[in-house]
Amino acid sequence: MIMDIKNFSFTYRGAEKPSLKNINLPILENKVTALIGPSGCGKSTLLRSMNRIHDLYPGNKYEGEILLKNLETGKFENILEIKKENDFIKLRQTVGMIFQKPTPFPMSIYDNIAYGLRLQGNKNKADLDERVETALKGSALWNEVKDRLNDDARGLSGGQQQRLCIARAVALKPEVLLFDEPTSALDPISTGAIEELIVELKKDVSIAIVTHNMQQASRISDYTAFMYLGDLIEYDKTENIFLNPKEKRTEDYITGKFG
Amino acid sequence: MRLIINKTVLILSTLAAVLGIVFLFWILLTLTIKGISAINLHIFTADLVDNGLRNLIVGQFTLALIAVVIGVPIGMVAGIYLQEYSFGNKYAEFIRNLSDVMMSAPSIVIGTFVYAIIVNPVGHVNGWAGAIALAIMMIPIVVRTTDDMLGLVPTELREAGVAIGAPKYKVIFNIIIKAAKVGIMTGILLAFARIVGETAPLLFTSGNSEYFTMDLNSEFPSLTVAIYNLATMPDEKLVNLAWAGAFLLTLFVLIINLIGRFVTKEKKR
Repeated sequence: MIMDIKNFSFTYRGAEKPSLKNINLPILENKVTALIGPSGCGKSTLLRSMNRIHDLYPGNKYEGEILLKNLETGKFENILEIKKENDFIKLRQTVGMIFQKPTPFPMSIYDNIAYGLRLQGNKNKADLDERVETALKGSALWNEVKDRLNDDARGLSGGQQQRLCIARAVALKPEVLLFDEPTSALDPISTGAIEELIVELKKDVSIAIVTHNMQQASRISDYTAFMYLGDLIEYDKTENIFLNPKEKRTEDYITGKFG
Repeated sequence: MRLIINKTVLILSTLAAVLGIVFLFWILLTLTIKGISAINLHIFTADLVDNGLRNLIVGQFTLALIAVVIGVPIGMVAGIYLQEYSFGNKYAEFIRNLSDVMMSAPSIVIGTFVYAIIVNPVGHVNGWAGAIALAIMMIPIVVRTTDDMLGLVPTELREAGVAIGAPKYKVIFNIIIKAAKVGIMTGILLAFARIVGETAPLLFTSGNSEYFTMDLNSEFPSLTVAIYNLATMPDEKLVNLAWAGAFLLTLFVLIINLIGRFVTKEKKR
């Protein structure tokens, strides 16, 4: 286990009712955990709590615990207690995130990846070169871009941009990667490439992915959590969720009776 | 019946458009004819005292550039605050509206204001006062453009920057402003084009000078104020000089505007 979400509730600024109620969910080490459920069930909200990206907007309320394993000490630390800017930066570099729309920064392909590394204080050109190359190779993008590393990253195709964003996160050597519907804006071929990449990545990192696509969840995930209206309804191995779910609502959603 | 109304509206709106264009071209044509015939090498090499425009052109751009140096940083920082930091602050909307009102404030009012706060205490007109008046005119435009252009940058890009571990100020300065760079540059260019042709804010702040000067503590030459003065002179030679100045000024503003549009088009491409 790398992350453990315990009795977690989340309320958006100004909202009367919590969007997430009493969630308990483990994120297992070197596994892919899929979060599925109909729109508005809170799966993205949960994912976005796991690196506290919600904190960009003040006034939201967290309750409960989200524990993250410190790989150096082996102890679990509650990320909801983080207050200092430096600790936030460390958290976000440990728990990376890939968004629905590709988000290349307005700079060169090289700088997109080097940016995060430079934030870590890495200024050694040779080391940067090497880590940029490793990251691009790791996200199967190296052969396509090695001759144009200094071109603007916004000139890449959507699928390439998304792989660049993955490379950017991977370069920081995170422990956990959060994917928020990473393929919903991409064509089937790019989607296939990203899915392969995710399966490949779990050798080194633990992964949580929000997806609307149930085939995708069944293809790439080891564990699946089904959420509905802010509750976690069922969590189990993916094959159990898809083949014999225990809850009626899970079955109804998976068989397409609603959602 | 509906067809007749349709036709009538069409004809009326075409007429209105034609009328507008006719006046526009009339102005441009008169300006070009009278302006070009008055232009010669002498006006670029001599100062007003010798019936040239050199000191005026240099003065006008000096005032406008100083206004840019003062106005752009202030305007941009305010725009960044409004778009990036004012989240949930009820005064932000008020400031935004106030800034918009400032944008349409009559320029003569701004001139009077600067007269009251600078020229009057100092005791005489001076270049700084003129530059500051222009800067005040410019700030709301820069605030608005920065605010709008930053607003066009998708939220995901901010979140992605934070998700990579960058502190907020770095996200804004390294990523968001870069993404909005072309739009902001265009805005600044258009704001510059707007102030470079202003007369009213300079009229009783920087005054006018017949001599070449770079001393901003004394009265300062500017093309616009000189045109205003020259055009009312009885001497035809001086009136022609005003035409030449007006033509050049129009040309400058037009070129700056064209550059602004060109840059925007490049971005869309």
